[in-house]
Amino acid sequence: MKMVTVLTDARSIRIKGRSFLAVVLSPDLPLDHWLTRLDDLAARSAGFFFGRPVVLDVTDLPINRDELKGLVTALAERNVSIMGIEGARPSLIGPGMPPALKGGRPASDVEVANAAPSIEVRSAAAETAEPEEPAMVEVSGEVRSTPQSLIIREPVRSGQSVIFTEGDVTVIGSVASGAEIIAGGSVHIYGTLRGRAMAGAIGNASAQIFCRKLEAELLAIDGVYKMADDMAPGLRGQAVQLWLDGDAIMAEKLS
Amino acid sequence: MGKVIVVTSGKGGVGKTTSTAALGAALAQRGERVAVVDFDVGLRNLDLVMGAERRVVYDLVNVIQGDAKLPQALIRDKRVETLFLLPASQTRDKDNLTPEGVERVIGELKEHFDWIICDSPAGIERGATLAMRHADVAVVVTNPEVSSVRDSDRIIGLLDSKTVKAESGERMEKHLLLTRFDQARAERGDMLKVEDVLEILSIPLLGIIPESMDVLRASNLGAPVTVADSRSAPAMAYFEAARRLAGETLPVTVPGEKRASGGLLSKIFSRRAA
Repeated sequence: MKMVTVLTDARSIRIKGRSFLAVVLSPDLPLDHWLTRLDDLAARSAGFFFGRPVVLDVTDLPINRDELKGLVTALAERNVSIMGIEGARPSLIGPGMPPALKGGRPASDVEVANAAPSIEVRSAAAETAEPEEPAMVEVSGEVRSTPQSLIIREPVRSGQSVIFTEGDVTVIGSVASGAEIIAGGSVHIYGTLRGRAMAGAIGNASAQIFCRKLEAELLAIDGVYKMADDMAPGLRGQAVQLWLDGDAIMAEKLS
Repeated sequence: MGKVIVVTSGKGGVGKTTSTAALGAALAQRGERVAVVDFDVGLRNLDLVMGAERRVVYDLVNVIQGDAKLPQALIRDKRVETLFLLPASQTRDKDNLTPEGVERVIGELKEHFDWIICDSPAGIERGATLAMRHADVAVVVTNPEVSSVRDSDRIIGLLDSKTVKAESGERMEKHLLLTRFDQARAERGDMLKVEDVLEILSIPLLGIIPESMDVLRASNLGAPVTVADSRSAPAMAYFEAARRLAGETLPVTVPGEKRASGGLLSKIFSRRAA
């Protein structure tokens, strides 16, 4: 007999974005030489990779799937656990292997501190054509210490997606049905909000959504979602501000 | 140099082809040289609405591929002598439209005509993006209903990003042509009101074409409505729209009721609707 589960818990599921800094390793051929150099680096700065998220960048590296799998295993033996592979053709990634990553943005270089002065690492790297010096990559957006703003002075049309994880998004105009604004900070719409607005998209519970006229399809703050049907009917068509109180999106007319 | 207009909408069946033919014929009746170009390769219709389907020898794809010269493919209208049609191919695939080929043909047309009016296919795929690519002005055809308005909004977004004008940092001139409008139904709330559509799309209004049997009748006769029945309400609305396209400033009238000469039946209907 089949059981039908009835969902009685009305709490919404929180889906958040979060950014971590990952160390990126870009191996070069032949791989055994590269591993030897990596062992040398690890010997000089013990525990450098321990507990760090590591991304393997295999862009333009002519290796096949078995070689890549072997490399992941070889790194695992050295306690370097790979959280994702960047720049790999889809055919290179198989089951049981770390997922493919893309869209990483460059960040400043990592200092290999303590055991070895960073200058030494750099000079050692300079001898080889491909430096194995790990470079930092942002896995997704990062909220910088100085808040930034994006101001859009025209309507956001259906099908357009504005993604700005660095700070606030202000639209002087309307956001059409089928358009979306995704902001790391708050969302301000000086017009009618008919599409979707997501504030605090990479984790910011104090982000808010403001609009001159609320007709939204979906609203989200810090991963808490609210669909059009869940919104109080009295708010429709009104100038509204929305904020997060615990796990609930609160709304109030702007006077 | 001629001005290139794209007639586009996103959604199908809203009146792009009808409007292309009607505006083209209206501009040509002012004595200006007009070429209407069908970009709907594989599903051509403009030749039917223009009543030239039996006179098609070469088409846009033939010109692009170099099988025919542009003058060989252009069909002169039998009623308005400054009006020409460049038909689409019915048998070829739309992949035969190449960006370079379209650019060359549009460039050549601009040398010989005052207006080049491109009838875009529905959708946002290759045919539609190529039809809008070289336009100077866009006429966005919209019906007063939500799906058409949203699709038009999507198209406006593409006009502002995927055209040569937009890519070179210039602003694309866009006009709204509201077609199949029925004031009585808008008042009842069955249709969106003019203000609602304008508020959502926020582009200037070129004209409001009333819903009318005259449009369908003209299409079936194989004549643009501005040629078939130039005194009809939709034809007059198209004439006014054409004057606005040509740069005149005219107040836009909301077609309030059906044409008085439409006979007793239309009077009864309009009274019942009111």
